[in-house]
Amino acid sequence: MLDFVQQLVSGIALGCVYGLIALGFVLVYKATEVVNFAQGDLMMLGGFFAFTFIGMLGLNYWLGFAGAVAAMALFGMLAERVVVRPILGYPQFSIIMATIGLGYFLRSVAGIIWGTDDFKIETPFSQGVLRIGSLVLAYDKLSVIAATIILCALLYLFFNRTTLGTAMRASSENMLAAYYMGIPVKRVVSIVWAISAAVATCAGVLLAPITFIHSNVGLVLGLKAFPAAVLGGFGSIPGAVVGGVLIGVIESMAGFYLPQGWKDVAPYIVLLAVLLLKPEGLFGLHVRKKV
Amino acid sequence: MRFLFKTDYEDDIKLFPHSGYVFSYGLLLALLLIAPHVLSSYLMSQLVFVCIYAIVGVGLLILTGFTGQASLGHAAFLAIGAYTAAYLQQFNVPFPVYFLAAGVLTGVVGALVGFPALRLQGIYLVIATISFAFIVEEILARWESVTHGNEGMRVKTLYFLGTAVPRDGPTFYYLCLAVLVLTIVGSLNLLRSPTGRAFVAIRDSETAARSMGINVSLYKVKSFAISAAITGLAGVLFAHKLSFISPEMFTLQLSIEFIIVILIGGTFSLHGAVLGAIFLVMIDPFLTYLKDDMPGVIAGAAATLGAGAERAARIQDAVAAFASANGLKGAIYGIIIVLFVLFEPLGLYGRWLKIKLFFQLFPLYKRATFKRQKIYVKSERNR
Repeated sequence: MLDFVQQLVSGIALGCVYGLIALGFVLVYKATEVVNFAQGDLMMLGGFFAFTFIGMLGLNYWLGFAGAVAAMALFGMLAERVVVRPILGYPQFSIIMATIGLGYFLRSVAGIIWGTDDFKIETPFSQGVLRIGSLVLAYDKLSVIAATIILCALLYLFFNRTTLGTAMRASSENMLAAYYMGIPVKRVVSIVWAISAAVATCAGVLLAPITFIHSNVGLVLGLKAFPAAVLGGFGSIPGAVVGGVLIGVIESMAGFYLPQGWKDVAPYIVLLAVLLLKPEGLFGLHVRKKV
Repeated sequence: MRFLFKTDYEDDIKLFPHSGYVFSYGLLLALLLIAPHVLSSYLMSQLVFVCIYAIVGVGLLILTGFTGQASLGHAAFLAIGAYTAAYLQQFNVPFPVYFLAAGVLTGVVGALVGFPALRLQGIYLVIATISFAFIVEEILARWESVTHGNEGMRVKTLYFLGTAVPRDGPTFYYLCLAVLVLTIVGSLNLLRSPTGRAFVAIRDSETAARSMGINVSLYKVKSFAISAAITGLAGVLFAHKLSFISPEMFTLQLSIEFIIVILIGGTFSLHGAVLGAIFLVMIDPFLTYLKDDMPGVIAGAAATLGAGAERAARIQDAVAAFASANGLKGAIYGIIIVLFVLFEPLGLYGRWLKIKLFFQLFPLYKRATFKRQKIYVKSERNR
């Protein structure tokens, strides 16, 4: 039983990681209907920025964190301006390819600049564990869970309660109509990319003690976060986190109870099954196209 | 400029609209046939890879370009074809039999993937095909009694009609070329048949296709099966060319490379598959050239421009360090993909058409002919 709880908790922590990355996917998708395959690589880059600020320049952890988030928000805007804006509105396939290309580029450039070794950031959460009875929880994992819950709540409120959030949802429903209503669509899209890059950076920095930073971490985790977002229904912020937690728990349980090899495929098998039964994901809206 | 006067549908779907086509394609074929006697063995080897990638490209084009169903899982189909060949070869099954068996098996698997894909669209389909590819990769690594797991499988020399066909000989090249030509001709015939028309109709509007009486599900599954089968055939050649296969060769990276092939070549015509394959396969020799010769060339240029010998040597070192940086290939891939999506969405074949039109209409060519219209995002969620 204790094993089960321990696996469950570590699965949830892992799942929150996926959820945190998936949040970035969902944000961009929700506001622009663009699927950003480079999200994981933005996370990797955010991690490297934080590493540069904290590990190489010796800044305070929180200061370095904030600096990395700010730098990555700017970078997100830049990436949107250069890669996405010219093709916004064209078939999804071209945008997916463009962001895959961006991901390739970021990965290689990060590899050239920072090398291919693993890096670690010293954080206030790196050491120490919380003991509840005989249950052991590491602070670094708890910090990820807490950050995911806070970010998820903030973004949910942002999208549903603020004017800017409403404007984002409007411009994704129908960009032209949003223009007519006086929404500065281009700026809205810029802002959403900045936010999503900032969220990715949070993920990257929080992950640094757990998974280390190397130039391929974005690809590896991004490919797990992607099913999480799909499982949750792609357009739903709480869905992304629930999907992430589901994927994390499944992975951790499969790794513990099933023979070797199942750990890596179990999330995908579950994903295929869910897509078969409910193609729009667990929290997705299902609306028929009108002719 | 030549005006084609078409009087009926038969004229419209001719394989060779006029004699110019026969001449130019005949010339191309003749050049390809004498290639082994002219080119170096390294370039011949690259040419075989061009053929294999082009076959996969044709398969992927049928699915993605003509039926509009994106797939990032074609490496799995290639793997199934390759492993079928390697497995059946152990029991001394003759080449034509396991070649066809690989095609049929991959086609069946493709159809099985097609069924779940019926309900999925856009991004969901992409992620479903990625998941499928991951699962296949894992099965190949774990099903050790058949695939030998991560140790990989050795593929023996190909025997065709009782004679050995070594993998770097000209005969193997001719075999690949023949398969490529047959695939292209077959696909062209498919695409001008009612089936092909149905594919295109589904791509352009599923709702409209359904209301015209097209059985959308049936044709989607057909498209998946045909595309997978062609990729499986390419897999057999791929296995023979490499003479050794293991699961880590068939990763997402390879699937992305296949998508790059059709993206760079152009997704609206089968020409795209071949042009894209040439481009993708030839990046490697180009990068090698960049690594070996470029520093010297640039340093030489700097020296002739008046830089001192010491400075020229420093420039040479800097360029060499840059060119041999780890992962430069990835960066170049990334830039190429982004540039093509942004500035040449019709691909290399589109560029060729533009150049051709420029000369046909000289001096009347307008750049606006191929300009994309401004499109505004409308939610695709509600369909």
